[in-house]
Amino acid sequence: MSDLERGVREICRSFRGDRTRMMDIVQAVQARYGCVSSEALNVIAAETDTHRVEVEGIVSFYTFLSAQPKGRVVIRLCDDIVDEMCGMRPVAQAFSEALGIPFGGTTPDGAITLEYTACIGLSDQAPAAIINDVPVTYLSSDKAREIVAELRRHGDPRRLVHRLGDGNNAHPLVRSMVHNSIRRKGPVVFAPFENGAALRKAMAMSPAEVIRDIKTSRLRGRGGAGFPTGMKWEFVRAAEGEPKYVICNADEGEPGTFKDRVILTEYADLVFEGMTIAGYAMGAAEGILYLRGEYAYLRVFLEHLLAERRRQGLLGKSVLGRAGFDFDIRIQMGAGAYVCGEETSLISSCEGRRGDPKNRPPFPAQRGYLDRPTAVNNVETFCCVARILDQGPGWFAQIGSRASTGTKLFSVSGDCASPGVYEYPFGVTLREVLTEVGAEAPAAVQIGGPSGQMVGPADFDRTICFDDLATGGSMIVFGPDRDPVYIAKRFLEFFAHESCGYCTPCRVGTWLMKKKLDALLEGRGEAADLPYLEDLGRTIKFTSRCGLGQTAPNPVLSTLKNFRTAYEKRAPARTDGHRAAFDLQAATAEARALIGETTAIY
Amino acid sequence: MAKPRIATASLAGCFGCHMSVLDIDERILDLIELVEFDKSPINDFKKFTGRCAIGLIEGGCCNAENVHVLQEFRANCDILISLGECAICGGIPAMRNTIPLRECLEEAYLHGPTVHNPRGRIPDDPEIPRLLNRVYPCHEVVKVDYYIQGCPPPADAIWAALTALLSNKPMELPYELLKYD
Ligand SMILES: Cc1cc2nc3c(=O)[nH]c(=O)nc-3n(C[C@H](O)[C@H](O)[C@H](O)COP(=O)(O)O)c2cc1C
Ligand code: SF4
Ligand code: SF4
Repeated sequence: MSDLERGVREICRSFRGDRTRMMDIVQAVQARYGCVSSEALNVIAAETDTHRVEVEGIVSFYTFLSAQPKGRVVIRLCDDIVDEMCGMRPVAQAFSEALGIPFGGTTPDGAITLEYTACIGLSDQAPAAIINDVPVTYLSSDKAREIVAELRRHGDPRRLVHRLGDGNNAHPLVRSMVHNSIRRKGPVVFAPFENGAALRKAMAMSPAEVIRDIKTSRLRGRGGAGFPTGMKWEFVRAAEGEPKYVICNADEGEPGTFKDRVILTEYADLVFEGMTIAGYAMGAAEGILYLRGEYAYLRVFLEHLLAERRRQGLLGKSVLGRAGFDFDIRIQMGAGAYVCGEETSLISSCEGRRGDPKNRPPFPAQRGYLDRPTAVNNVETFCCVARILDQGPGWFAQIGSRASTGTKLFSVSGDCASPGVYEYPFGVTLREVLTEVGAEAPAAVQIGGPSGQMVGPADFDRTICFDDLATGGSMIVFGPDRDPVYIAKRFLEFFAHESCGYCTPCRVGTWLMKKKLDALLEGRGEAADLPYLEDLGRTIKFTSRCGLGQTAPNPVLSTLKNFRTAYEKRAPARTDGHRAAFDLQAATAEARALIGETTAIY
Repeated sequence: MAKPRIATASLAGCFGCHMSVLDIDERILDLIELVEFDKSPINDFKKFTGRCAIGLIEGGCCNAENVHVLQEFRANCDILISLGECAICGGIPAMRNTIPLRECLEEAYLHGPTVHNPRGRIPDDPEIPRLLNRVYPCHEVVKVDYYIQGCPPPADAIWAALTALLSNKPMELPYELLKYD
């Protein structure tokens, strides 16, 4: 038996060959051997009693998993639009030149791989990258060269951290240079908190009373869709099937969002407390924190907090000494897939499969994780839950506006003086926020990330709440020199890359939209392109299975609506019926070159 | 009043769509009553003789000549219809789109198992239209007004579309005409 075979087998057995723990298995193999090689695939398949192609499908699905060996160190530079605005291009060039390899390449000695990656949740400290698990922030071309020189010297990304960030970023189990950049504290999430206080109050009530309190507070989910949390819990509680599950969605993949990162760094206990309350209210025995791969640097620290809670009797067997209420939480690591933030896809991933969304119905509340009733909620939602039980639903409901109670965290980035996380009561106007974040000349704001909408000054007096400008938290500010068409194109690229590929309209349509935007940007646009984009966008929204495809055209549709002149100036009317984007010389260039013909075609 | 004129062309197609036009059977006589055929392989007219109401295009564009013909149709027809899968999506010819042009030509003219080409040259006679880098659906080259899908579209669908357009009635293509199993 080869070394690899023995090692992989050992890993599989540490998960008792449980196929539903496939994510953990392949990640452990990748961590130990640098990739999940062909031989490893065979061993895993045999040990977990499944087909090789199952395992291969998983490895090929997630960006952070690989069947081919990569460098011992992998530099993943975030290529989000905000990073680009903050100077990512020169940084990219510096990395590439210092390493002597293009993006996607590995140095000949197998030491370092250089890649791009989608938003890593550090838009407030862009340009940023993650090197293996280590976030590096505020990059410049000089820093990029230094990083390469240092890595060449010692090869250890952890030693790149010279100055620690604030708060728990400096905790011995985190030791990260990331900053929290909490800019505005509110009463709900960013407030002092005593471990166990909310849970004690919850457990003094019956589970039904806890759910009633959540309903009274009119709490709605903070992950984007805004579904009433109390109602979701009631469905799960009433659903047939045992055991029930509580899942905390910490996938935070929406570009420009990073508030969950900050919550998990500073207020993770509030989240765990909320999850435990959820477990009590719904009669669940297990909770899962689905943590995006980009936040792996927080994992050990979070495990430590969970262990502390077990020690304090806040988790585990007989929570707070209550016989019959057992509840524990495990962390499931993601591996770089935006679609895994979608709840059914997240559940697939927790079950050890490709992160493919599932058909609904059945809804997760009826048949979710392992086909059992499951409540999936956002990180911030669980914070609100804990606070509601601690301070009372009436207290919570009087904060914010009538239909949108409580506060909301905004992750603000882009063209503003103070990017960071702001906690505001719902109902605040966009203008108030823009003033406080120091946006000098905001020309456009992307509300709710790429899947939300881009609004202009005409909308700045609108309020942020579920009934007006809804948002999961991302707020990207654009100054007057930014080009809405280019931004829309970058967002479309993101969706085209992250589409799981199941629905043709989402898989192909996002690509077609992106191509049309390319044509417009390259001066090959025409008036007919605008209705084409609108039609195609509507089709994609209408015919896609999950929220990704249903929102992917939004960057284009909302900029077409609010920034139409930016499109129109690139889209002159034509009278000859020829397509501006088709260029006969370019289309025949290859054929002419192949036969050595130098003259143009006419 | 002069009868409206119809023109048809087969670009990168197999003529299957034209066969389907003929497949309207004896209704071709009704059609002749309604319209005059202009440039078309059906009557072998090589040139346009006047302005046409409708142009039917079979096949996508795989070479420069296809592009020229298509542009000529656009200039001479009020309504342009992409007829069939190849015109709408590129169809079978577009299967080459995933293979670099060089490989396609080398396989066809230099390295293929049955190739005899002692001079080792890719055909370059000026008479041969230059290939495009890939096969384009018609609407990526010119504006197209209608699409009738199918491979080929059923004769009844073509008939329904043409008669509706010629009589200025709303086009009704019931599900039965557009399902293919
Ligand atoms: C493509 C996609 C990505 C999503 N990403 C996240 C995410 O990162 N975090 C999150 O909480 N919800 C995300 N959601 C929403 C979840 O599907 C789900 O609605 C949410 O987790 C429910 O929690 P809540 O009710 O507390 O908001 C995403 C949805 C879609 C369609
Ligand atoms: S909409 Fe897109 S991401 Fe969602 S299931 Fe369909 S292809 Fe996958
Ligand atoms: S659509 Fe079908 S019948 Fe028509 S030209 Fe193409 S292959 Fe032939």
